[in-house]
Amino acid sequence: MTSVLIAALALILMGVAYQQGVSRSRALSGASRLHSRPQYHGAFLALWATVPLLLVLLIWVVTSGMIQDWYIARQLPADILPGTTDYASAASRLRNIASGFGVAGEVAAWETEAGEGLARFMTILRLSIVALGALVGIACLLVMRARLSPRLRARNHVETVIKTVLIFCSVVAILTTIGIVLSLVTETIRFFTYVSPVDFFFGTVWNPGYSTTSNEASGSYGMLPLLVGTIMISAIAMLVALPVGLMSAIWLTQYASPRLRNVIKPVIEVLAGIPTIVYGFFALVTVGPALAGFGEMIGLDINATSALTAGIVMGIMIIPFISSLSDDIIRQVPRAMRDGSLGLGATKSETIRMVIVPAALPGIVGAILLAVSRAIGETMIVVLAAGNAPILRFDPTEPVSTFTVTIVTALTGDADFASPQSLVAFALGLTLFVITLMLNIGALAIVRKYREQYE
Amino acid sequence: MNATSDTSPMGANRIVPSAPASSAGAESRISARDVTVHYGEKQAIFGVSMDVPEKSVTAFIGPSGCGKSTFLRCFNRMNDTIEGCRVGGEITIDGEDIHDPALDVVELRARVGMVFQKPNPFPKSIYDNIAYGPRIHGLVKSKAETDALVESSLKKAGLWKEVSDRLDQPGTGLSGGQQQRLCIARTIATGPEVILMDEPCSALDPIATSIVEDLIHELREQYTIIIVTHSMQQAARVSQKTAFFHLGKLIEYGETEQIFVNPKEKQTEAYITGRIG
Repeated sequence: MTSVLIAALALILMGVAYQQGVSRSRALSGASRLHSRPQYHGAFLALWATVPLLLVLLIWVVTSGMIQDWYIARQLPADILPGTTDYASAASRLRNIASGFGVAGEVAAWETEAGEGLARFMTILRLSIVALGALVGIACLLVMRARLSPRLRARNHVETVIKTVLIFCSVVAILTTIGIVLSLVTETIRFFTYVSPVDFFFGTVWNPGYSTTSNEASGSYGMLPLLVGTIMISAIAMLVALPVGLMSAIWLTQYASPRLRNVIKPVIEVLAGIPTIVYGFFALVTVGPALAGFGEMIGLDINATSALTAGIVMGIMIIPFISSLSDDIIRQVPRAMRDGSLGLGATKSETIRMVIVPAALPGIVGAILLAVSRAIGETMIVVLAAGNAPILRFDPTEPVSTFTVTIVTALTGDADFASPQSLVAFALGLTLFVITLMLNIGALAIVRKYREQYE
Repeated sequence: MNATSDTSPMGANRIVPSAPASSAGAESRISARDVTVHYGEKQAIFGVSMDVPEKSVTAFIGPSGCGKSTFLRCFNRMNDTIEGCRVGGEITIDGEDIHDPALDVVELRARVGMVFQKPNPFPKSIYDNIAYGPRIHGLVKSKAETDALVESSLKKAGLWKEVSDRLDQPGTGLSGGQQQRLCIARTIATGPEVILMDEPCSALDPIATSIVEDLIHELREQYTIIIVTHSMQQAARVSQKTAFFHLGKLIEYGETEQIFVNPKEKQTEAYITGRIG
């Protein structure tokens, strides 16, 4: 109820202020030429009216919890001491009564009274804050309205506000990234107080002891088996996705008629829209048994859940990724290049092989690197289909484990969060992050270099 | 607009080419009969007929969009590569119909080379740019043969002195004029009889243009050249015969001097004196 009221209030205030700005500046324009057009004066006043209102509300959001606590402290009987668990539960009982959420057990008369008092107090306070905000907004509006003049650089002020909002949005993204990395780094450092980095990065045995009570590192945390599993699955995925994706991109750009292309391309891209968990059980239920059956037929022992199964299905998942990126890149190769080759009497396939693909190669390499970094970070398919066997081996027909699978198992168990068994997830996550980051930077650098070539 | 398209060209192109056939190379005689081109529903060329003399330069002139480039691209069937483009009529080279299903378009394009409006060297080394055509056509067997062909092609294109010490550098690093001569050298390397040039100087500065024009003069000794140009001065400088196109029709075709000094058609005169186009 209050939020609707606030929104309506802000909108009305904004509308009135805008209208005031426009009409006032129009009136002023009779005297001398306006620096900014009336719309900018309107926007200028609208901002001056609504931003103070929102600031007041922001302060309320930050402080309301403290004010509530202060009120509750005054209501509780003196014999319940602050800082004790009794105090915390009594306070939360009051809050629940006030919000109408209800509490378990008998409700004492003083509790009911205090709870209702709290509810009344908070409602009055909230309404008066809204009123205060509106007053501040109106006051600012009036003050700034009086300061409107033909020479006022309203346009510049409005542009500055817009720029600030845009900067703020991009800073949010950057800060989030930094925050995630920092939390990864601190947890990783904690993990390394239990296990030495040398053992982690170069250890060949992955066997964390799952003793939930002890905080001591029991067992070995060598990440090499996981690294080998990750690389193996990604390599198999690329072996599947690269030829199929690249060739379908070549067919789409060079051979397909526009009408066919308009049908085929979206269909391929639908593959990208399938949730990875669906791919996962497709691997588990269909591809795995099929591979195992096929292996039996030709006398090979292939596990239903293996690096091969996960790799092939992940490859299928990545096909649209490679094909649509390569498609864009091949399309960017100038037509003149193609004509030049055809004009010399080269056939279509010679032109593609010897001119178009080499010209697009840097971009295609960039696309491949992006696809690899996706493959490395992919989780659901490998969780379901790779078999989760963190053992160092190089046979793709055997079950393996990867970084992502191990992170899932480390964090979904019932191990204490501060134990090395859980903390290792952060070390693995950071390693994974660094690997994909480097791949992405490399890919972007290559793609950018390629773009410059034809601009 | 009252002139009909089919009186003058037929009258003019019956003249036996005056340029004497040079002794070297096979004679190639190109003739087009009633050629039409459609882009989808839109007709771009309306029944053009002409005979192109060998070992000389023939210029196509006309205002933008008159179909001169489209017509040029008929001679090596480059219009095949454009979606929805249909070519009608008959074009023969040495009496062979180029639309004959038995004729291989790849072979045709090796015989009828093309130089494009914008220099379009491949993003490969200068050497590989030249060697590309000969390699795909199997014209060279050994490294030594390739070296020799690259050198002779670059010499014919007048580029050898400028690039002989950096054949391994990318062709895209050359200046515009050098790139265009590289493209001409690339075309020469496949051993064509005919070279089609589609406004080869329109992206070049005046100095580079005059170098390319001098080159065209020299190439005329060995090749039949058809050049599309939007510059009348260029047509007058480099060509022996000139064809004037307007709105997809061949308006007038004759000796260059006659076209420029004494045009028979009113439209030609109007274009040459700058009243249309």
